[in-house]
Order: sequence, then structure tokens, then C-alpha cells
Amino acid sequence: MSLLLPDLESENGAEFWAGTSRGELLIQTCASCDAPRFPPRPMCPQCQSLDFSWRQASGKGKIWSFVVVHAPVLPAYQDLVPYSVIVVELDESPNLRMVGNLLTRGDGPINEIDPNTIVIGESVEVVFKKVEDVALPCWVRSKK
Amino acid sequence: MIKDQVVIAGIGQTAFGKNLPDTELSLACQAISLALDDAGIDPKEVDGLASSVMELNREVDVARNVGLGEITFFSQISYGGGAACGTLLHAAMAVATGQARVAVAWRARKRSAKTSRPWAQMPERISNHWQWSRPFGLLRPVDEVAMLTRRYMHEYGATRDHLANVALAFRKHANRNPAATMYEKSLTREEYMGARWISEPLCLFDNCLETDGALAVVLVSAERARDLPNPPVFVHAGAQGLPPQHQTMTNYFNDNPLNGPSWTAARQLWRDADFGPNDLDVAQIYDAFSPLIPLSLEGYGICERGEGAEFTNNGALEWPNGRLPTNTSGGSMSEAYVHGFNLILEGVRQLRGTSNSQVEDAETCLVTSGEGVPTSALLLRR
Repeated sequence: MSLLLPDLESENGAEFWAGTSRGELLIQTCASCDAPRFPPRPMCPQCQSLDFSWRQASGKGKIWSFVVVHAPVLPAYQDLVPYSVIVVELDESPNLRMVGNLLTRGDGPINEIDPNTIVIGESVEVVFKKVEDVALPCWVRSKK
Repeated sequence: MIKDQVVIAGIGQTAFGKNLPDTELSLACQAISLALDDAGIDPKEVDGLASSVMELNREVDVARNVGLGEITFFSQISYGGGAACGTLLHAAMAVATGQARVAVAWRARKRSAKTSRPWAQMPERISNHWQWSRPFGLLRPVDEVAMLTRRYMHEYGATRDHLANVALAFRKHANRNPAATMYEKSLTREEYMGARWISEPLCLFDNCLETDGALAVVLVSAERARDLPNPPVFVHAGAQGLPPQHQTMTNYFNDNPLNGPSWTAARQLWRDADFGPNDLDVAQIYDAFSPLIPLSLEGYGICERGEGAEFTNNGALEWPNGRLPTNTSGGSMSEAYVHGFNLILEGVRQLRGTSNSQVEDAETCLVTSGEGVPTSALLLRR
């Protein structure tokens, strides 16, 4: 069994994942009321518009929370434990949060950061980690 | 309003354990049959059924085995651990509106069956909402809840000592309940603190058990209940809860992820009730994970926002002297994990006066289903 990856053709996710493969973190934005939303979906919950565009986010955010995953996990992840998973709040809006991994570099493994050093609120920047044909939005610590 | 119109007249449960020899269907039928016997009602009288969407035993199979009569109402409730109280609510609404006269709600589960762990059967390419979390290794329900727990600890100063209060209280109750799978296994604070991590900040003892077993209840009108053997336990109020912009389990994408479905269910529940959260004699709160207890205590208004962890201090959850004895049969963490259905039966026993950890003169009980998923809750009274 391999790592769990998104279906790049899924009806709500395709454009997001196409963006990450180009190195862009795209946020779906309502074309009528300008409200950004994540995860992507067909209708704007603020104004019910079906029209939207994709805007590139700054890629900067802060760690909102994190966990450290230990065994037992799916076989493909067993050799990686313990590893951390973070939720990042984007600087654009506190309501825009994404699950991701904190890495030392864009092609780094998910278990390289010492979990004891992770602090809620610390600043991070997006990087795109290539796994098979997917570019996963992951995060590195912002340079001070 | 359904207030006090419907009574839980019968309860039944199988043994709890790992790898029980009976099939899931057999377990379901045994529990329902026991509940009907307890109620003193013939199976042919059953005309309403309510169950979880995750229930693998279909109504047709249950009815054909238990020998049920003409079924005129059957419904299922979604969202796993959020469903149990909802099945009773729907059954009670059916009885209150005359769509059914004798309704059965049940849950049967074999955790040893592969199908009972949806997270372990993900396709390799994810098209639904899990694509926003699982590719990063956030795989299991415990990981998803641990993420909210860490944030809760950060915002409100909750600690592992508070979570240990929860685990230890429920274990003490299980140690008084011969039906509990942890009946003979004590748990100390040292053992809790030394336990292996599952998903930091949650350790082994912050998790519920893996259990095979089945439970069922029988609901009839208050009028019909007068002719039946058991003291009536009234469904005083019930509610479901799905808040705006909620995402089940990975509820990270809205204004305040820590305001979960409990808050929504609570508003409806207390709106219809003749008593308030301070009048509860006992509570059965969904505990697939220990942090759901402080979150639910806050959600249901038993304490203020951010005070749930502190509430657990000084044995507040413990029978007999705690401020609010909670999960008095041991709950999902120490009695059995059957999607929280065992909490309902313990609520009924408390109000009948037959619990192994009986709260003296208990008249009111809150029973909740899972926080963190679209949920449901009941207020029971005698």
C-alpha cells in the first residue's frame, strides 16, 4: 500500500491541485461577494453565488495546532512514525486553515522536525512537496 | 414538542468483548429480543425501527429474525458516533406522532470486523473531503481529535492531568460494573502518564476501547408505558446538532473549530426542557476520546467556555460524591465502545435506580453522542 494522495481529477479539488503542481497556493474566492473559502466547493456560503475565481495566496501563515502521530498507523506510514502534522492559519484570513506538514526543506521527510520544537503561533511559509504526481502544500519555518 | 410523551420501556444488551463468537446480526437480534422481553412487549408489536447509517444489520434482516410485525417507520442517522441519541430521538418522534406505536433503536458492532474501521480502508486516491487532511498523515479519528485537543489546551490551559481525571473516573466506574470489559483492570495516574502515545497530546488511555457487542432500547407512548412492568424513563427532550460551516472530524475550517456540534444540540435541548444544566443528577457523555468530555461539558452548558478541564478536578465526574457523576458504567473508554449506545442504557438504569454506581434519587440524566461530528443528545427523566 502506498501513501494516501488526492485524486487530481476530483470535482472540488482539481483546480487546487493543478495550482500546487505549478507552485501556486490557490484560494477559491467568490466572484460575487469576494469571500475566500477553503476547502473548495461549488457554492459561496455567504451569498450562494456559483461564480468563483482562484487567487494565489501569499503562502504565509501561522501554526494553529499540531499533533505527533505514533503507531499503529497504516502500513505506508509505519516507517515514518513519530511524525508531526500541523494545521496552518493563513495570513489572509484566520478562517482559512490547512492541514499540512512542517518540513526543513521542500523535499524533506515529514519526520525530520523535532516535534518538541514546534510552537503554536510560529510563522511558516508554504513549500510544495512532490509525491508521485502530486505537489502537496507543506510548510517550512519563516526566516526571521 | 416530544416532551415526556415517549418512554424508554425496555433495554437489552449482549456481553461486551473482543472477538465474540456470535455474528453481528445475531448480536443485534439478541439485544433487541432482550429489550423487548425487558419491556414485556411481543416482537410482533414492533412497528418502528431506528438505527445508525453505519449499522451493518439491515432492518429486513433484523425483522425477519426477531419476528417483528408490520414496520411502518424506519430511519437511519448518519455520522458514526454522533448518531446514537439521534436514533432514539427519531424513534421517539415516530411514537409521539403516531407513525409507530412500539419503536426499537439499536446498535450492534464487531470492532474486530474490518468494515467497522472506515479509516483503515481508504482508497489510495482520495476524492472527498479527506483529501484535505489524510495526504499529510492525519489518518485516524484520534489524530483528528488530537489536533483540536492541542488547540484547546493552548487556548484554555487544559493539561494531561485533566484528561487523566476523565480516564481515571470512568475506569473507577467500570471497576464497579461486571459487564464492563475493564471491570477487573484498575488504572492509576502513574500508569496513565506513562502510557504510550497514540497521537500527541493523546495517549493510549485517552482512547476508547475496541468492543464487540450490541444494545437496544424499546420506546412506547407514556400512556402505553403505564401497563408495562418497568418504571418509566421519559424522553424529556432530544436534539440533533450540525453547526454552520462544520466539517465532520476535521472541523478546522470555520470561525471557531472548538465550538462543535454540542453547542448546537444544546441550544435546542435546553430550549425544550423544564430543567437546566445545573439540575442534572447524572450524565452520560460520549467519550470516544477523553478531551470530548471537557468540550461537551462546555457545549452543553454544564460549565463555561474554557472551564471544562478545570471542572474535572476534585473527582467531579466520579460516583458517588462528584459534582456530576459521569459515565457511571465506565463509558466508551472503560465499559465498551459501541458508538456510545451503552451510555443510553446506563442513563436508563440510573433513572430506574439499577446502576452499579447508582446516584441516589437520580431524576435527570443528560446523554450525549459524539462531539466533533454532527451529533445528538437526549435529556431523560423519571
